[in-house]
Amino acid sequence: MANVGYSKKVMEHFMNPRNVGVIENPDGYGKVGNPVCGDVMEIYIKVKDDKITDIKFRTFGCGSAIATSSMVTELAKGKHVDEAVKITRADVANELDGLPAQKMHCSNLAADALHEAIKDYKNRKQKK
Amino acid sequence: MPEQPCGSNGVQMSRIYLDNASSMPVDFRVFEFAKPYLMASHGNPSSLHSVGLEAKQAVEESRRKIAEFIHAENENTIIFTGSATEANNLAVKGTALRNIIQGKAIIASAIEHMSVINPMKEMQKNGFSFTSLSVDSTGVVDLKKLENILTKNTVLTSIMYANNEIGTIEPISEISKIVHEKGKYLHVDAVAAAGRIPIDVQKDGIDLLTLSSNDLYGPQGAGALYVKPGVKIQSVLLGGGQERGLRSGTENVFSIVGMGEAARIAQQEMKQESSRLLPIRDKLIKEILKIDQSYLTGHPSQRLPHHASFRFSYIEGESILLNMDMYDIQVSTGSACSSKTLEPSHVLLAIGLKHEEAHGSMVITLGRSTSMNDVELVSKATNETVQRLRKLSPMSQEWRK
Repeated sequence: MANVGYSKKVMEHFMNPRNVGVIENPDGYGKVGNPVCGDVMEIYIKVKDDKITDIKFRTFGCGSAIATSSMVTELAKGKHVDEAVKITRADVANELDGLPAQKMHCSNLAADALHEAIKDYKNRKQKK
Repeated sequence: MPEQPCGSNGVQMSRIYLDNASSMPVDFRVFEFAKPYLMASHGNPSSLHSVGLEAKQAVEESRRKIAEFIHAENENTIIFTGSATEANNLAVKGTALRNIIQGKAIIASAIEHMSVINPMKEMQKNGFSFTSLSVDSTGVVDLKKLENILTKNTVLTSIMYANNEIGTIEPISEISKIVHEKGKYLHVDAVAAAGRIPIDVQKDGIDLLTLSSNDLYGPQGAGALYVKPGVKIQSVLLGGGQERGLRSGTENVFSIVGMGEAARIAQQEMKQESSRLLPIRDKLIKEILKIDQSYLTGHPSQRLPHHASFRFSYIEGESILLNMDMYDIQVSTGSACSSKTLEPSHVLLAIGLKHEEAHGSMVITLGRSTSMNDVELVSKATNETVQRLRKLSPMSQEWRK
């Protein structure tokens, strides 16, 4: 079976990613991409009383790109946006029992995508 | 002879291993043949006593087999090395440095292995001018351009017999004629081609040729460089003067003996094996290309008989590789995400693919364990893999708009 230096948890999230898809009329949307490696991630959030009630993602990229996206949605779901915005790249990697060194920078953008989505949510809220 | 462990090459039966360009199992007959040289006949070929002589004779027998395999003039043309990478380094640096008085221009095709391209780039630091020769969208080198960039100062031109990532076979005889009109030596990396299509260094007009043991179902740890009689070359690895002084270091007798036997078997069985694999390969290509927005990379017909390479839009190759592995099917990819440098394959960029196109590549190389029964499983697994990853991908909808 696959062994490219990924933990069991990474492979598990790669094979069974949580919260895949799109939310129609989201309260926040974030998209990030890395031109060097080519990964692109997008995250949709639905927020009620500043709490993330639903979250979905789509990712173009390698195994760790998909697994980190899945993990970040798990970590953020149900959290207050001010809590969720504190989730770091390191948190995501740790929750997945680590990532190979070369994947740490290029395929660990999921937290960034989440932060973008929360930023978008806050911007929309201000405009209201 | 003991029973084979399982499968025709010791490979687990349920597994469908389609990454033979990366590593092949050692042929059971090869292992049996070379095994004594790990223990009972452990001599150093340089030792003058009977144990050393035994090892030396085995190395020389292997040399003869390799020479026959590529139709070389005689066995003295074969220099054993520790790997094909080493043979490529010896070919590039050894001829460039030895012939420096004649000129300081060197050429390699844009799709050469890094063990040719990187030594050439390093020679630039020593004042050589290195020109990369472009290829067309199918991976065939641009012969007109080759004619134009060759000068009498071109001491070495290196073009591979066939490419390992896209399977394209280069017109070596034609290339040889062009190179020898103006330039000096033609080096051919035949690692991917050897054992798949016949090679005749004399008919093809080749001055230096690289072979790898493992790519012939021989043990890892041996490679060889054919050096045509009269070619001026110097060593890049100095020491006790083994291999006519061109490659010092005690010979890896087990691997060298195995390589010779592997070459002998490959020569004997190549025609039959290639015609067995060809219809399997073609069926696989036909089935996989039924997938929406899937494309064959490399040349459609002028390609190695065991080689099929593809790209799929909107998805990434490492994910393809991992997902296929879940079906216990092993493939390869030229995706940036799977490489140490995080750069997409230089071969895929050289045939004109964009970065995001090169990302979605999958390479399949068939071997002796592959059968027609595998086609259905592999094409089904590929289709399911592509569909699953596309569902995850934000690109598919965006690009379709």
